[in-house]
Parts: sequence; structure tokens; C-alpha cells
Amino acid sequence: MNLFHQIPLEIRWVVYVVAMIVFVSLFALFAIWLERKVAAWAQDRMGPMETGGFHGWSQTIADMIKLLLKEDIIPDAADRGLFKLAPYIVFTSSFAAFAVLPFAANLIGSDLNIGIYYIVAVSSLVVISIIMAGWASNNKWSLYGGMRAASQMISYEIPVALSLLVPILLVGSLSMQDLVKVQAGGFWNWTIFGNALGRGSILQLPFTIVAFIIYFWASLAEVNRVPFDLPEGESEIIGFHVEYSAMRFGMFFFAEFANMFLVSGVAVALFLGGWHAPFPFLEVSAETSLIWCNVIGTFWFIGKALILVFIQMWLRWTLPRLRVDQLMHVCWKVFLPFSFANVLIVSLLVVIS
Amino acid sequence: MTFAPLLLFFLGGAAVVFAAVFLSRLLAPQNPNPVKNSTYECGEETVGPTWVRFNSRFYIVALIFLVFDVEVLFLYPWALNLRDLGLYAWIDMAIFIVILVVGLAYVWGKGDLEWVRLRGSSAGSAREE
Repeated sequence: MNLFHQIPLEIRWVVYVVAMIVFVSLFALFAIWLERKVAAWAQDRMGPMETGGFHGWSQTIADMIKLLLKEDIIPDAADRGLFKLAPYIVFTSSFAAFAVLPFAANLIGSDLNIGIYYIVAVSSLVVISIIMAGWASNNKWSLYGGMRAASQMISYEIPVALSLLVPILLVGSLSMQDLVKVQAGGFWNWTIFGNALGRGSILQLPFTIVAFIIYFWASLAEVNRVPFDLPEGESEIIGFHVEYSAMRFGMFFFAEFANMFLVSGVAVALFLGGWHAPFPFLEVSAETSLIWCNVIGTFWFIGKALILVFIQMWLRWTLPRLRVDQLMHVCWKVFLPFSFANVLIVSLLVVIS
Repeated sequence: MTFAPLLLFFLGGAAVVFAAVFLSRLLAPQNPNPVKNSTYECGEETVGPTWVRFNSRFYIVALIFLVFDVEVLFLYPWALNLRDLGLYAWIDMAIFIVILVVGLAYVWGKGDLEWVRLRGSSAGSAREE
């Protein structure tokens, strides 16, 4: 450990950022392969089997190389500056949010005291890049697609932010590590089950479950997953990235998969115990072994997040896509009143207890 | 607790996109021609400019969003300190939320939350086609 502390802080930060880039890239490669395998499983076929041998494990790598070798077309009519800027913003804003994702007790980019607030703020920058991409393409379909995507994403931001308020109310902190730490000692202490250690009571159990459900559904709309995939349903409805090709197009999908992990990670950290194991005896405390504490914590965090990612993929083949008016109906007339009532009741319980 | 790593994360994210686009610039062919670079609208010739005025329903959604997003902005610091502030702060915020929910009810009643509106439909009578 002494050796570790001798390394300057700045170098450790750089190493952490590079490790995160590698992690997000590997996750995207794995998740795209998994998505196709889940699709195949849902439709009773095999999915990619040829490339790389075992169950086509290197199919995504081949796809990435193919995207890299494609010609990058920028339409003559496009606004070149904004057209080129949009992929930067979409990926940077979703990647920057990984800085406060708590992978383990001591494994976090920066434990900001406004951690969750920062995630909500930074991940909403994605909307700007989508409007930018849709407008700069100078294509009527992409303009409408971009506007539709933006109106969907800003609408669902409100239920997301309101349902995230419930754990914050119970814990009284915006720091991601504080929000995770109060969920120690087994799955019955997790925030989704009322969070007993967060000075709560059994009364708030139904409301935390409702908050989690609203968060999970609204976050599907935030990352444009089925059943809210109107911005990207490329087979039926034209999206904002119709003019994008090659690696710039790839960046939008890279960012989408990074976002999938991000919203799952936030759900795990705030509602499902973060890096805590479901049972206390499955954890290693920092006093016993600092390295194993972090390794086991990372295992639980990524494992739980991957389960949520799997559910997102599973839902894609279970539910039909909503129409745009149904989408707005669900957000403004169902999620919004319910999440307001939820926040008011939970905050009253917090004040009274 | 420090903000410095966040800057590194922003730079790192931008570097990934730059590296990907740069690598593709090196490896991919570059054979632009006027047809390839024309606007892709399903094979049809583009008619008229794209950047024109369009449906105001997006504008209304943006306005409603703005109101509620600012409200959420106020709710976060309130949620953080609610235990210390007590019941008085809860009543304050409940009044604030109720005022905004009345606004939501008004917008709902006016039919501005309906995405599909019949042409010329008046307040409250909006329905799906």
C-alpha cells in the first residue's frame, strides 16, 4: 500500500481515466455482442456464431473494424462545424458522468459532495448534442427526429430527477459514496427495500419501490431503449443520425451503450446497494484487505449493473415500441404526478420520523 | 473530494472521439462526389430549405419542461437539508409543489399535453385522431 501512496495523485487520476476508457470500450464491445445473443435467444435462433470461434465472441470487434474502414460522409448542405462537434458532446457527456460512479469502497474517480447532482447535470448534455446532430445535418427527417428525441429526453428527465430524490431524502447526502454506504449489511437494507440504516422506517417501503420502478422506466427513455426507442428505431422511423456514417455514427452508439451502463450503475448505487453484497458475509472489509475489498466490491457493482443491462435488452424483445403521443402521455400524465406524490409522501415520512 | 479528475474525464472522452475519427480518417477511403454528398431524404430531391419554422408543440413541451426542471433544481438542496429544517420546510415546499401541480393541471386541461390534436380543437376537447 505504501508503494501505491507514493505514486503522485495526478498520475493515479490519469491511470483511472485510462482504465475507465478501457472499461467502457470493453463494456460496449461485450454489450453489443450480448444484445445480439439476447435477441437471438428471445427469437429462438443462434445469433452470431462464426467470427472468432466460441459463439462469435469477436463479432463486435469485426464490426468495429468495418465501421473504421467506412467512408466518412459529410453532406455538402450540412453545417460542418456543428456536424463534427455533435459526436464529441454525446460521448464526452456520457463518459464524464462515469467520474462519480462508485465501483467500490475506494474506487471512484472523484467522490464529489454533489455526485448525483453532477450526473443528472452532465448526462442531460446529451440532449444538446442530439439537437445539434439533427439540426446540423440539414435534413428534414433528421431535424424532426432530433426534435422528437429531444422532447422525449427532456420530458423524461423530470421523472428521473424526481425519483432520484427519494434516496437523497432518506440519506440526506448527494455524495455517491454516502448514498451507497448507508445500504450496508444485506439486501434488506438496500434503498429499494426502505433502507433501514438510512434512518428510515418500514412505512416507506412501497414508495422506494415505486421510485425505483419510475427511475428504471424513465431511464429507458433517457437512453432511448425500447419501448421508448423512437429516436433510434432505424427500421421504421428515421432518427437524428440519418446523415451520419462511419465512426461518427459509431460514436452515437458507443455513447448509447455507455449510457446504458451509466443509468444501470446509478440505479445500482442509489437503490440496489451499490458495491455491497446481498449478504454481509460475502463482503471483505477494508480492514482485512484493501485490495480484496475493492475487487469484491467492483464485482458486485458491475454484476448488478449487468443484470439491469440484461433486463433492458430483454425488454426490447418483450415490449412493442410506443407511439410518440403514448410516450408523452406516460411521461406527463402518469410518471410525473406519481413521482411528485412519491416525493411529497417520502419527505413527510422523513420529517415525521 | 476534488473536481480536478472531472476535467480529465472530459478530456479523456473527447480524446476517445478524436482518436476514433482520426483513425477512420487514416484508414477509410475518401472519394466524395456530389451525389454521395447530397442530402439523403429517401432518394427524393430535397424540396425547399430545412431550417424553417415548424410545429410549436415542441416549444410548449420545452416550456413545461423548463418550469418543472427549475422546480427540481430547488428540490435538491431542500431534500438535502430537510431533516434539519423540519416540518415547516416541508409545508413550504408542499405549497410550492401544489402551485406547480395546479399549473400542470391547467396545461393538462388545455390539452397541451396531447401530442395529437385535431385541427382547431378548443380547450379540453383534444382527442386522438
